[in-house]
Amino acid sequence: MYEWLGLPTAASAHAGDVDRIIVLVHWLMLVLFVGWSVFFAYVLVRFRRSAHPVALHRGLRGNWSTWVEGGVLAAEVVLLVFFAIPTWSARVDAIPPEQQSVVVRVVAEQFAWNVHYPGADRVFGRTALTLVSSDNPLGLDREDPAAKDDIATVNELHLPIDRPAIVYLSSKDVVHSFGLPQMRIKQDAIPGLVQPVWFTPTHTGQWEIVCSQLCGLGHYRMRGFYSIQSQAEFDDWIAQETAALAIP
Amino acid sequence: MFRKYLFSTDHKVIGLQYALTSLVFLLLGFILILLIRWQLAYPGAPVPVVGPWLGEANAPGGVILPEFYNQLAAMHGTIMVFLGVVPLAVGAFGNYVTPLQLGAPDMAFPRLNMASYWVYFTGGVIMLASFFVPGGAANSGWTSYPPLADIATSGQTWWLAGILLLSISSLLGSVNMITTIVQLRAPGLTWFRLPFFVWSQLVTAFLLLLAFPALQAAALLQGMDRLAGTSFFLPSGLVVSGRALSVAGGGSALLWQHLFWFLAHPEVYVLILPAMGIVAEVIANNTRKSLWGYRLMVYSIFVLGFLSFAVWAHHMFLTGMGTAVSAFFQATTLIISIPSVVVLSALVLSLYGGSIRFTVPMLFALAFLPMFGLGGLSGLPLGLAPSDIALHDTLYVVGHFHYLVAPGTIFALFAGIYYWYPKITGRMMNSTLGAIHFAGSLVCMNLIFMPMFIQGLGGVNRRLWDGGQQYAHAQELARLNIPMSHASWALALFQLFFIVNLFGSLKFGRRATTNPWHATTLEWTATDSPPLAHGNFATPPRVYRDAYEYSVPGAAADFTPQNEQAGS
Repeated sequence: MYEWLGLPTAASAHAGDVDRIIVLVHWLMLVLFVGWSVFFAYVLVRFRRSAHPVALHRGLRGNWSTWVEGGVLAAEVVLLVFFAIPTWSARVDAIPPEQQSVVVRVVAEQFAWNVHYPGADRVFGRTALTLVSSDNPLGLDREDPAAKDDIATVNELHLPIDRPAIVYLSSKDVVHSFGLPQMRIKQDAIPGLVQPVWFTPTHTGQWEIVCSQLCGLGHYRMRGFYSIQSQAEFDDWIAQETAALAIP
Repeated sequence: MFRKYLFSTDHKVIGLQYALTSLVFLLLGFILILLIRWQLAYPGAPVPVVGPWLGEANAPGGVILPEFYNQLAAMHGTIMVFLGVVPLAVGAFGNYVTPLQLGAPDMAFPRLNMASYWVYFTGGVIMLASFFVPGGAANSGWTSYPPLADIATSGQTWWLAGILLLSISSLLGSVNMITTIVQLRAPGLTWFRLPFFVWSQLVTAFLLLLAFPALQAAALLQGMDRLAGTSFFLPSGLVVSGRALSVAGGGSALLWQHLFWFLAHPEVYVLILPAMGIVAEVIANNTRKSLWGYRLMVYSIFVLGFLSFAVWAHHMFLTGMGTAVSAFFQATTLIISIPSVVVLSALVLSLYGGSIRFTVPMLFALAFLPMFGLGGLSGLPLGLAPSDIALHDTLYVVGHFHYLVAPGTIFALFAGIYYWYPKITGRMMNSTLGAIHFAGSLVCMNLIFMPMFIQGLGGVNRRLWDGGQQYAHAQELARLNIPMSHASWALALFQLFFIVNLFGSLKFGRRATTNPWHATTLEWTATDSPPLAHGNFATPPRVYRDAYEYSVPGAAADFTPQNEQAGS
């Protein structure tokens, strides 16, 4: 079933949990649909007017349909209690400690993803509305000591493999949605709110950030890129970007 | 003349006004999607034939601009839901059929009924006019999420005005419907003798009555944000296109989503329940037997109605929802699937033991069952929050609700049109044309909507001007858009058979007897085809039995009218 569904490459630690639920639900759908269809087809043929000219006033007796409905309910309860709620809870309650994770801010705007790394001091520099300009879409205050080593990129997110990544997500203007299909991550970026979303990449690769909420005429081209790299490659990239900061 | 056809208070005339207007809107909403389907199949290529008429501002050289694409998409959804399907299901069928099935001379408040139609009509005209204001029609999706909708071009203000009027119309109509069903049942027509269609209209009316005020309030608030400088939905610190937005701020963008879905989820059941009602009528009549589990079905749609107010936030799992709240909404969403399964099972089981006539209305009603089933089943992975991470905002969602509404609800509405046409006009529709219309629509709709599941599972998003072509994971899947779009144009051709049949049968249709389907309910057994203007019944009917007394052992015919006295 998994192969048939044609989901995007699964490349994060929790992707398997999400995919398992999708597969199980589709099994349930398949069983119900095929079961109903077989009965439906049988009834249409068996009770067509020419084969069955006089209808039974009472129709079907027995209460086995109650068993079918009970079965559906039972399957749904199992899906909910043993799969959906634990998986969701792991997503939103079990956020790993920041010390062990790569922490990034992503600020969405029409129609780009601004990525903000805190740099070596692991502290995000101050940002201010008044400082926002075309060269400084985040409004980062470079005078702030904590901001000196901060790295800002547009539409380019780099993360190391096998370490939890925490993305603090927000938006400058309208509602966007931060979609990383291969990470099985999608989270609305809502102006006025900062929301954490976390995942642990398990495969290296280069993929795309997909805006998943209608955000205006450029919604279709609000595409970013993300790379999952080995720790060494990631460190190199950070070093490169940090060195670039020194050049005014 | 004006009083008879235009400003009539007769529920049948008003029902027909609703029917014609909503069919025109269905056609317009369909035409918008045909343009969208061109753009999805051949992004950036000039639209053939109609391209030059679309206007330089919308489609220079016939190429649809992203701005215009968003207008088409937003207005397709708006028109189909608010101006097409709901008015046809509730305003047309509810208005025309319910009083007849109740044995009532009219709706309880005939003037309110007329007002309801004209407010609806005005709302529709405002929606259409918005295409011609600067910046064009609303372009923030039919969901109109702020801040995008708050800062959108002036078409959005028109959209809000239109929605406000449509809400008022729905409220007037629903009060009328509830009162009519409670007060105007014929003597002897006790609650559990009501045709299932009437029950479905009753629950629908309660949903409209209780859900629309939320959207009405929300539309007023958004209108004030746009016109009066308030910030209900605008948080502080917004920067749009590099400039700080000069508004007070302090509002909440999420508040709109709650208010909107508090209406829009019950609205889904407003789309579905009347469809179930029509299908139940057609199935009972064409199987020549009573419905299986009639009371169970009635209880189920009441449960559906109540629960539909407690599931709205399953549209918002990805807005930052914690475990407890998401567990609540996942649980209610799964629970609401049970009464839906019960109703659908009851309809399928009703076929067992029947003597099935494959009339045109029956073909549509039968196809409704598996198609609606697919739509319902594909809602399951969307109702579970973790699988929604992968599927939210993809074409899987579009496939899901189109299965419910297009080969689901719209098929049921077609069934209703073919079924009640002889009552309304005194003539039968042509069944050959009807069968072609049915088969073509069924095949084409599946060719359009089934590939959406494949695209959605592959991660292709909806609402993309280029169909997602620039994304690597969508490369292969976007190619499916070409056959899908061709199927949509073929679907349009098959609708011509319906249009010709609908109007041609007025003149050339075989004359219908009063009760051509040999049905049991009052609209067939107690009144002419068409029924008397103003008053419906020459003599007020009295009811002696249940709604579906088909093939009763020992009865004279295989149907016993509700108004036939025992022993007569």
